[in-house]
Amino acid sequence: MNINDPNFLPWLIPVGPLLAFLIITLITNRSKSVLATSAEYGDHNHPGYPGLKVPVVSDLGRVASIVVGLSGIIAAWLISLNVVGYVGGFEHHFGEEVFGSSVPWLATGTTSFNMGVLVDPLTTIMLIMVPLACTMIFIYSIGYMAHDPRQARFFALISLFAGAMLTLVVADNLLLLFVGWEIMGVCSYLLIGFWYEKESAYKAAIKAFTTTRVADVVMLLGIAYLYSETGTLSFRDILYNAEVLNHLATTPAIVFGGISAAGLIGVFLVIGTIGKSAQFPLHVWLPDAMEGPTPVSAMIHAAAMVSAGIYAIIRMYPLLAAGGHPHDGDLTSPLTLMAIVGAFTALFAATIAVAQNDVKKVLAYSTISQLGFMMAALGIGAYIAAAFHLITHAFFKALLFMASGSVIHGMEHGAHHVHEHAHGDDDHGHDEHAAHDAHAHDDHGHDDHDVHGEAHAEPHFDPQDMMNMGGLRKTMPVTFYTFLIGGLSLAGFPLLTAGFWSKDEILADAYLGLTHGYGPHALVFVCLAVAAFLTAFYTMRQLGLTFWGEPRTEEAAHANLGQGVVSVTMTLPLIILAFFAIFAGFVGVPSDFPILGSIFSPEHNPFHHFVGATLLPEMQSASPPFNIVPVLTSFVVALGGLGLGYMMYWRKPLVAGEPDPVIAILGDGLYTTLKNKYYFDELYTAIFIKPSQWFSRVVVSEFIDKGVIDTILHLIARLFVWTGDLIKVLNLWLIDGVGDGIPRAIGAFGVWFRRIQTGRAQQYLLFIAIAAILIGIIFAVSAGILQAGG
Amino acid sequence: MINILGLQIDPLSLLVVAPSVAAFIMLLLPKQKMIAKWAALVMSLIVGGIAVGVFVDYVNASNAGSIVSQYHLEINVPWFELLGASWHIGIDGISATLILLTGILTPLAILISWEIEDRLNMHLALLLFFETGLLGVFVSLDLMIFFVFWELSLVPMYFLINQWGGPNRQYASTKFMIYSLGGSLGFLLATQLIGWSASTVLGHPTFDIVTLTTLWPTLAQQAGSNVLLGIPIETVKALAFIGFFLAFAIKVPVWPFHTWLPDAHGEAPTAGSMLLAGVMLKLGAYGFLRLVIPLFPDVWIAPINLLGAFETNAAGIFAFLAMLGVVLGAFAAFGQTDIKRLVAYSSVNHMGFVVMGLAVTALAYGHAFAGTSNSELSLHAILATNGAVLQMFNHGLSSAAMFLLAGAIYHKTHTRDMTQYGGFWVKAPIYGAIFIFTSMASLGLPGLNGFVSEFLVVRGTWPVYTGLTIVSMIGLLFTGAYILKGIRAVLHGPFNMHWRDYNLEIELREVVAIAPLLVLMLVTGIVPNWILPIINSSVTAMLGLGG
Repeated sequence: MNINDPNFLPWLIPVGPLLAFLIITLITNRSKSVLATSAEYGDHNHPGYPGLKVPVVSDLGRVASIVVGLSGIIAAWLISLNVVGYVGGFEHHFGEEVFGSSVPWLATGTTSFNMGVLVDPLTTIMLIMVPLACTMIFIYSIGYMAHDPRQARFFALISLFAGAMLTLVVADNLLLLFVGWEIMGVCSYLLIGFWYEKESAYKAAIKAFTTTRVADVVMLLGIAYLYSETGTLSFRDILYNAEVLNHLATTPAIVFGGISAAGLIGVFLVIGTIGKSAQFPLHVWLPDAMEGPTPVSAMIHAAAMVSAGIYAIIRMYPLLAAGGHPHDGDLTSPLTLMAIVGAFTALFAATIAVAQNDVKKVLAYSTISQLGFMMAALGIGAYIAAAFHLITHAFFKALLFMASGSVIHGMEHGAHHVHEHAHGDDDHGHDEHAAHDAHAHDDHGHDDHDVHGEAHAEPHFDPQDMMNMGGLRKTMPVTFYTFLIGGLSLAGFPLLTAGFWSKDEILADAYLGLTHGYGPHALVFVCLAVAAFLTAFYTMRQLGLTFWGEPRTEEAAHANLGQGVVSVTMTLPLIILAFFAIFAGFVGVPSDFPILGSIFSPEHNPFHHFVGATLLPEMQSASPPFNIVPVLTSFVVALGGLGLGYMMYWRKPLVAGEPDPVIAILGDGLYTTLKNKYYFDELYTAIFIKPSQWFSRVVVSEFIDKGVIDTILHLIARLFVWTGDLIKVLNLWLIDGVGDGIPRAIGAFGVWFRRIQTGRAQQYLLFIAIAAILIGIIFAVSAGILQAGG
Repeated sequence: MINILGLQIDPLSLLVVAPSVAAFIMLLLPKQKMIAKWAALVMSLIVGGIAVGVFVDYVNASNAGSIVSQYHLEINVPWFELLGASWHIGIDGISATLILLTGILTPLAILISWEIEDRLNMHLALLLFFETGLLGVFVSLDLMIFFVFWELSLVPMYFLINQWGGPNRQYASTKFMIYSLGGSLGFLLATQLIGWSASTVLGHPTFDIVTLTTLWPTLAQQAGSNVLLGIPIETVKALAFIGFFLAFAIKVPVWPFHTWLPDAHGEAPTAGSMLLAGVMLKLGAYGFLRLVIPLFPDVWIAPINLLGAFETNAAGIFAFLAMLGVVLGAFAAFGQTDIKRLVAYSSVNHMGFVVMGLAVTALAYGHAFAGTSNSELSLHAILATNGAVLQMFNHGLSSAAMFLLAGAIYHKTHTRDMTQYGGFWVKAPIYGAIFIFTSMASLGLPGLNGFVSEFLVVRGTWPVYTGLTIVSMIGLLFTGAYILKGIRAVLHGPFNMHWRDYNLEIELREVVAIAPLLVLMLVTGIVPNWILPIINSSVTAMLGLGG
């Protein structure tokens, strides 16, 4: 194993973070025991329990966890850069030839299943994005989690998260991809539920895991099907192999006749992504995932989790498109599914985002919407545009989440400030509340409510509610400018931002299909254009409500990040990501774009050229020729949305107590519907969750098992008892009447049997001892025989 | 043969006898708890060492290609000549795997039993005695010996539940005992029938499994007669099949023969549950693989007409029941509020995957026997069977660990009602971490052991029983649901202040007992090939015959 061999090197990329997880988990011992109400333990995310001693990690352990976690991800980053360097220095046509190696992993009859790593162009761009974004998130977490008593656990889990994502990225087969995929699912479960005392947190965690698992089990079927159909899961063997693709496209599916094997497998895999990337109708988990600490949101929404879903379908695109020609309007079933679901989700989620007041929820719905862009793009065959948007989105969305985290942190800081000045003696009151809560628990036995929920007498201040903010630009300038850059990139501010270039490419591809009169392309174009308009609008609304105007609360007036390490670690990543949120777009400027094309892409579109080589030559497609209509559309929707938002929220900033102007435009009914996310949570609770709980408890456990099966068993048992009683009566009669020997023996058996039934342990033990002795004799004899024989 | 103090001793016989000897020693020891604890632990570790030695020996022999016949370390000496039974023992890759599992789990169970206050010596002796029964079944190559050990394993478990169990132990232990015994009756009769019928060809009865595997399925041709005891041989076979099937189906347990399991598990002491779920359930699955499938290949694939509308065969029905086990087992687990019953139902769910794999094995083996198989079906079956056997091993690890954890919390709180728990993670962070890790292994998280075997089973079953595989995915989904429910109830939520002054953190002894399981779960998940080739070679040999 040569450390300088690029075929071997990718193995090491995920090792750093995975090892970090292991080390942190094993070394950070719970060496200290503190009172749960002490300042050292308590922050607003943890309820204080009076009189409860809680084991916590020592300060040294916490520092160690930061150092180890950071070392792990930086190691991964450096190795990734090294691999990218090898790619850059590769002389042959990269894509036709790739880096990778594999080892036997599973014995399967006379052959074996191989596990390995692969670096091709698509992997390469992920290796540029993922470790960079992860490292930024890690640095940011140092500040964000500085006061949390479970900081060590946090760093262990995000290390595992990053390790799983990197495993997924370097995987050379679908099974290893799925391994990373699922481990990320668990990490997000644990991190969303990180503040697990809160009802909202553990419920969100369970929701996230269960919802994505719905899709994952379907995806597992797809993997099993693909494996049994081709005998391999290796990407190169399947996706870079026209023969296999052709076989899959021409074989009819094993069930659900009418589509090809490739079609059915593709649909299964796309359903997997619908869950993972939170597409309609499995989108419900993602907004709730905001319950986790904000760096986790950035991780889930940008660097890992949801990106993994899109990455998987981009990776599997040759299979999804096998048998179809999306550029000629001939879409396969999985592609059609993606185009429709993606386009619909992009628009649907954007409408919800308009009516959200939680600073992170707006971003959550924008993520769902942007993932819909990618999904739709891939559905119409815009392979490269989807990959491009995945990368740019990761940068600006990571930035936006972390910036919103800074806002929240600042607001909490402000709240703390106000709190201290307003109620100097509130610590005492706090204890009383906690005591009251604890008492309530004892009464109810089962504690299904939040300790820090509505039980409090004073209303809980929500540091995430944008209605409580306003004017933050003054106290948090760095956050403001970086948030602004991220927001403009998300909105697709023309020419300058990365988001514009990637979004524009999707629209250009869709428009090309539209000009040929292809239905799905037209649907995608219209939906995405409207969604892009809404995106620009809600982004401006968010920026206006948060940063512009005057502070609407006392807390907002005092919001800031303070000084020192916390402040630095929380702003530095924002600045770095802001750079990428602008400049990452210039690698993918179409070469025939007026003026800018000749500056950035003199020969060919670099991104297009590089990533396109991932596909078989016959599957690669040229960039759509420059057309003024989609570009103008991009301009109009972005600037129009931004302009409208500016008019409504910047020109005349909202003041405290004033209703949101959007309510007046939408009307109460529509606004409430949007605010409640079209009531999907309520719907799913009513039609899936409640019935399955009822079915489990009442039908399966009580009725089938205890009612039907056990009743039958008890009946049979009773039947035998009756028969036994009958024989007993018969025996008595026979003994008395005839005096036969056989019935007496039976009677004796009965007596003996009754003795067994006395329930006295000594007799049982005697019985067992006798049995054991008998067995022992048998063994002794056997051993003698063996010795004689041997 | 290995040489110990000048005596030539057969390692497998030693392996089987040693736990019994240890059990006797336990009975003779003075009642000081310290002595009893350490003596039992050391002796079980010695037995475990022998088990590991046997496994390693098998691996070496297998790698060296020196296993000539199907079985290794084979011994065959007459034992009960009048009946035609012989002390015929030997192991293949499947039994070697399960012997390893038994050898590992027993010392851990004994370590957990250190917490027993009442009649400790006897408790530990019963556990050791139980091990003899388990190991005996796995090495038997003779039906009579198999049956003896099979029944033998019931007795100690009965007493463990009956004497050291929870409040409802009388009902649970009686149900367990009577149900298992009742199931075995048909097995015993069928065994006698098969053994005796061999004499129509051989001139003397035999219970030799290796002989019967070739003889019994082709009895009609070899005896030149289609009639046995005046009954058509097909009918005799079908009846014998039912006798065998019931005995093993109850043990696995295959849905709907599973209702003894939650009761027995709920009431059993922790160590009893660990071994019951960890190893005893595997006796049933092992019986299918060693006996029911090889002895009745034709019966498995004989067409069965259901209600005149739907034609299937025994293998198909078996797969259907497996699917029900997977799905309804998961739902039932989701519906529990008793932590031990939840884990017990998870066994029904997980063993459903074993059964599913075995259904494919049975189908492929049957077709191979009938000459109607093809290489594709064989490959599917090899994968499914590999998965099923590995799942047996994996479930042994994770269910034992789950019961250990459930027992650990029960021991401290004296309640199994999960609604009384809540937020324990705050006070017991190490317990919480281990609990989540084990739960995830049980859930089938990729990267841990359960996923590998479940994936193999799904892969093997998909092309054969496509519809059933799709429906069983609902079970896999609800596996997630009940696992998360368990974690939520125990660890998440606000801390229930009722337990404020209790020590809830896992004890060092318990950590020591669970650590080997955690390591094996992780290692098997990351490099399954440390054990899979051992299983694979035997499975391939078994199913490769049809080509």
